[in-house]
Amino acid sequence: MAAPPLPPETAAPPRDPLVAEPVPARPVPPRRRLPWRSRLGPYALLVPALVPVAVGLGYPLARQFVLSFQEYGLAQQFGRPAEWVGLRNYTDLLSDPYVWGVIGRSIAFCLVNAGLTMAIGVTLAVLMTRVGRGARITLQVGLLLAWGTPVLATLTVWQWLFDSQYGVVNWLLSDPLGAEGFRGHSWIIEPASFYLVATVIVVWMSVPFVVFTTYAALLQVPAECVEAAQLDGASAWQRFRHLSLPLIKPVLLIAGLLQVIWDLRVFTQIHVLQKAGAPTRETHLLGTYVYSLSREFSLAGAMATVMLVITLCLTGFYIRRMLREEDL
Amino acid sequence: MSAAVPPTAAVPTAVSPARPARRPRRRIRPRTRAARWLLGALAVVVALVWAFPIYWMVSSAFLPTARLRTPEPTFFPFDGTLANFRQVLTDGSFYASFRVSLAVTGLTLVFAVLFAFVAALAISRFRFRGRKAFIVTVLVVQMIPAEGLFISQYAVLDDWGLVNSVLGLTIVYVAAILPFTIWMLRGFVNGVPIELEEAAMVDGLSRTRAFFRITFPLLAPGLVASGVYGFLQAWNEYTLALVVMTDPGERTLPLWLQGLVEANRATDWGVVMAGATLIAVPVIAFFLLVQKRMSAGLVAGAVKG
Repeated sequence: MAAPPLPPETAAPPRDPLVAEPVPARPVPPRRRLPWRSRLGPYALLVPALVPVAVGLGYPLARQFVLSFQEYGLAQQFGRPAEWVGLRNYTDLLSDPYVWGVIGRSIAFCLVNAGLTMAIGVTLAVLMTRVGRGARITLQVGLLLAWGTPVLATLTVWQWLFDSQYGVVNWLLSDPLGAEGFRGHSWIIEPASFYLVATVIVVWMSVPFVVFTTYAALLQVPAECVEAAQLDGASAWQRFRHLSLPLIKPVLLIAGLLQVIWDLRVFTQIHVLQKAGAPTRETHLLGTYVYSLSREFSLAGAMATVMLVITLCLTGFYIRRMLREEDL
Repeated sequence: MSAAVPPTAAVPTAVSPARPARRPRRRIRPRTRAARWLLGALAVVVALVWAFPIYWMVSSAFLPTARLRTPEPTFFPFDGTLANFRQVLTDGSFYASFRVSLAVTGLTLVFAVLFAFVAALAISRFRFRGRKAFIVTVLVVQMIPAEGLFISQYAVLDDWGLVNSVLGLTIVYVAAILPFTIWMLRGFVNGVPIELEEAAMVDGLSRTRAFFRITFPLLAPGLVASGVYGFLQAWNEYTLALVVMTDPGERTLPLWLQGLVEANRATDWGVVMAGATLIAVPVIAFFLLVQKRMSAGLVAGAVKG
């Protein structure tokens, strides 16, 4: 709320000279598209954004990259210069089957979660277009509640829901549903059910975003086209598959890309669930594994670089596509 | 519903097919009505499932421990107490964390929105060498997982003595939020036609005044949307806070809640839920108020370009 009024005062002084300059220089505006043309102006405007990104992201990234080719242990923390070890950190990591297990689990977790989120999200968005106003608003409010809750608060309540002794989930499964085996069942001890719980939580949190973006896109599908297809005898599924789907594809691509990015880097959910008493070594995904390496800067740097490469591999396709479709 | 109105109005204008088209419609109606009703019921069930954890959090917060530790869960806290909230609020650590969160979020918001706004102006109103490279950088930087970088960010901040400081956390937050904010605001600036400003200049305003009188007010929704986005990101962020704020005295609210969970998990879920409710409810209320604007902004910024 404090943000909007600020820019006028603070943004005005730096702009004045830039803007005033070209006006006398070119009294007749020869190019309509470049009204504020000046040599240094745009660069000056980029500096404030570039500085924090360079300091907060660029420098740590470069440093981590360099460090991943060095030996940085205890001696170096006390001031000895780091030794170059070439690719040794990488070969150490990548020759370890455990690391491959983590990578495989992360990719599988990411794809399953992103896929489920998109499938449920698109289904609910279509459902929203088919129901009456009251049902739609109820659904919207339910989803917004889940979406708006801070991550840590939701993780806290999910731990309580899945609590082995007094959790509602165990009560529901054992009492009304009669599966006695779930009385006192601990959900996070076994890696498989740990990931099941994590998936439930991640999908529950991510679906609302997909529903609302998809629903907004579906509303943009021209009603005349739908009507025309209906008159031509297209079934509901055909109308969706051949009319709506191609029209909302760009939005689905972006939503899907974001899901893949978010689910690959999933950290908070896994970390918090691990803290709730899960065996950490068997449940690490990329993010928590890098975190667990934090005492060995070089290895952590190498692992983080590997993680970065995986992310770019999974998303590079999307980025290229976006760049192609986007008129820069 | 509203989407269904225009087509029916449009049909009669297509003179001859209007009549034959009407008949099958009438016959389908009862079936569609039943289907609609069923789908509506399904939507309500899904809504209840989705909202249940939130309800459960608030409901449990009002129950004393003895009522929570029963084989049969209590679904409606009719005889609830405020004792859990009182216990959370008498502990000074909540207020300390609230102050830290407020400071970090406030600073992040101001700097991120201001810097992003200026950068968005540059890339959408100027054509200059390196512009495309900058835009591609903005896009690619968003793909960098913070989780692949936090150890290094910690090391850098540590070198500068910025670990456990509001300033240090603000720097990494601003860096994390800026790329998306720039992208979003760029969409909004692109959406305001330059001709509007030029028209105002023809009418005798200076460039600067034309910008602030004409364009800037039109950008206000974009600034609000990006501000809301930044606020929610910074206020709820956990990972970087966990890495940077290692001192219990410098915890942000999410870290404080995690501390509360770890201290009370096995013993007192009521207090934990009171803490979660306390930090969640204001954010949810704010989110419900602004979400329409923000998602419009997300779509305008990220999709339409």
